[in-house]
Parts: sequence; structure tokens; C-alpha cells
Amino acid sequence: MLPPYAQTLGIEVAAGDDPILLTMPFGQALTGRPGWLHGGAIGGLLEMAAIVAVRQALAEDGGGQIKPINVTVDYMRGGRDKPTFARGVVTRLGGRVANVEATAWQDDPARPIAAARMNYLIARG
Amino acid sequence: MPHADIAARTGMADAGLHPAPVSIQRSAMSPDPLPAFDPARFSRLGVGGHGGLLGLSYLAHGPDWCELQLPYRADLIGDPDSGVLASGPILTMMDMATSLAVWTRLGSFRPHATLDLRIDYLRPATPGKTVIGHGECYRITRSISFVRGQAHDGDPDDPLAHVAGTFMFTDAA
Repeated sequence: MLPPYAQTLGIEVAAGDDPILLTMPFGQALTGRPGWLHGGAIGGLLEMAAIVAVRQALAEDGGGQIKPINVTVDYMRGGRDKPTFARGVVTRLGGRVANVEATAWQDDPARPIAAARMNYLIARG
Repeated sequence: MPHADIAARTGMADAGLHPAPVSIQRSAMSPDPLPAFDPARFSRLGVGGHGGLLGLSYLAHGPDWCELQLPYRADLIGDPDSGVLASGPILTMMDMATSLAVWTRLGSFRPHATLDLRIDYLRPATPGKTVIGHGECYRITRSISFVRGQAHDGDPDDPLAHVAGTFMFTDAA
């Protein structure tokens, strides 16, 4: 279900009953500064969480295809040697555009390590 | 924000770039000597890390810019139906290219972390083509550097992404 890029980063749907909660393990291949996650890997996880959230919202609303228009990532804390979680929230699903916010955290959802806002173009099915 | 928290921010600091053949291209527009920081050498030394996983390598640099390349690979695809690369690898490359541009303009390495990065996806990357990321640093203040850049897959006049962002130095200044 997740694309090859997600598999390359080790991104999976997290265990449990939330189908759009993603998790990414820590690994040497995901680091920038030694011992810390690369901002690009965190950004990739956030985008994937946003895509999964939009796809689910769209599937419940008649289906369709999406294209990314833009993303803005804010980095708030360093990503340490532990699993990272991310979840997207569709703030508006319109006829042509979806607005999505995604957050990434490690220990506590209330202490995010990064957050992103994204706009997606929608082609209704 | 407590200093410890600032220091704990992420970012690419020591970019794990894939070793690659080096060809330093000096800009024909500026005859000035290049600054002391050498992104080509820095990129060669940095083995492994996330840049290594994605296959990123150094391409060129000038006084305030640096270019990296991202070869097309099936395991970086974001849309299996079209074969288009995911946006994540492009985001990562632009983070690294703009980060190297900061140190290149500065003339020396100084630890910093990505504060924010915005990307406009102008069009999908062409399946099969290497994506080139051009990062530029256009302003450095005491604690913040300002960057911008474009990504293209062969024709710089037909960019596929445009980025703008900021980095914050994490050493005491």
C-alpha cells in the first residue's frame, strides 16, 4: 500500500487500530548529523503521513487522485535514536484542493519534533 | 527557547553524502577565488547517512551555491502507477544542497539545523531522469541563514521544484 520510497525509509502503518498512524524506525541510513535523524527523512515521513490521510479522506468521499502542490516543514526538535510517529489531519477536503497538516513525534504527541502543512490538488474520480 | 533545545534540533550538519567523482565548476561570471569551505571535499568525506541511502552526490558549486544530483531509482518512487519519484528524496536533496550553500558562502563549516523548508512542486519529475538540486544562500545573519533553490531534471529553465528556507546556527554566537 505504501510506495517504494516509504519502504526504503522503513515507514509502516503503526500497530494498533489507527490506519493512518505511520511509524519510521531510527537507522544509520536515515541520519544527517551522526546520531540524529536527517531533516529530509523527517520531511519524507510527514509527506507520507499527509498522503495517507488525504487518500483515506478521499476514499470515503468518492475517491480520486492527488498531486502535491507544496509543503512547508517546521523543524522543532532533533530526531533521536528511537522510533518516530507521524499522522496527517485533513483540515479541508474541497472539490479541487485538500489542505493537510501533519505532525511527527517520538515520545509524546504533544511534543512534536516537526510539523508540516501541505496543499494537494485533487482530481475527483 | 532553552539553548539545549536549540542544540538538539535536527538538520543535516554532517551530511552523509555519497562519494562521487569530483568536478569543481567555477562560475564564468565571477573570477573571484572560491571560499575556503569545499563542498566537493566535504561531500566526498561524508560517507553513509541519509544522503548515502538516497544515492546523492556532489555536482558543482560556486561562491554561494552548491548543486547535488539524485539519480533515478525504482526504490525512491512515490507513485508506482506513473513511476514518478517521491517528493521526499527531492526535499532531502534540497535541504542538503541549500545547507552546503550556507557553508560555501560562509567559507567554513558551522553547525546548524534546518528551521523551516518550503517546497513548491512545479511539476512531477520525469521518470528515469536524474534530478539536479541547485541550492543558494542569499543572506547570513548572526544566527540565521536564508536559502532558496530549484530542482530540475536536465533543463534549468524548466524547474520541477522551487524551495525557500532558513537554517539556524546551533553553536553559541
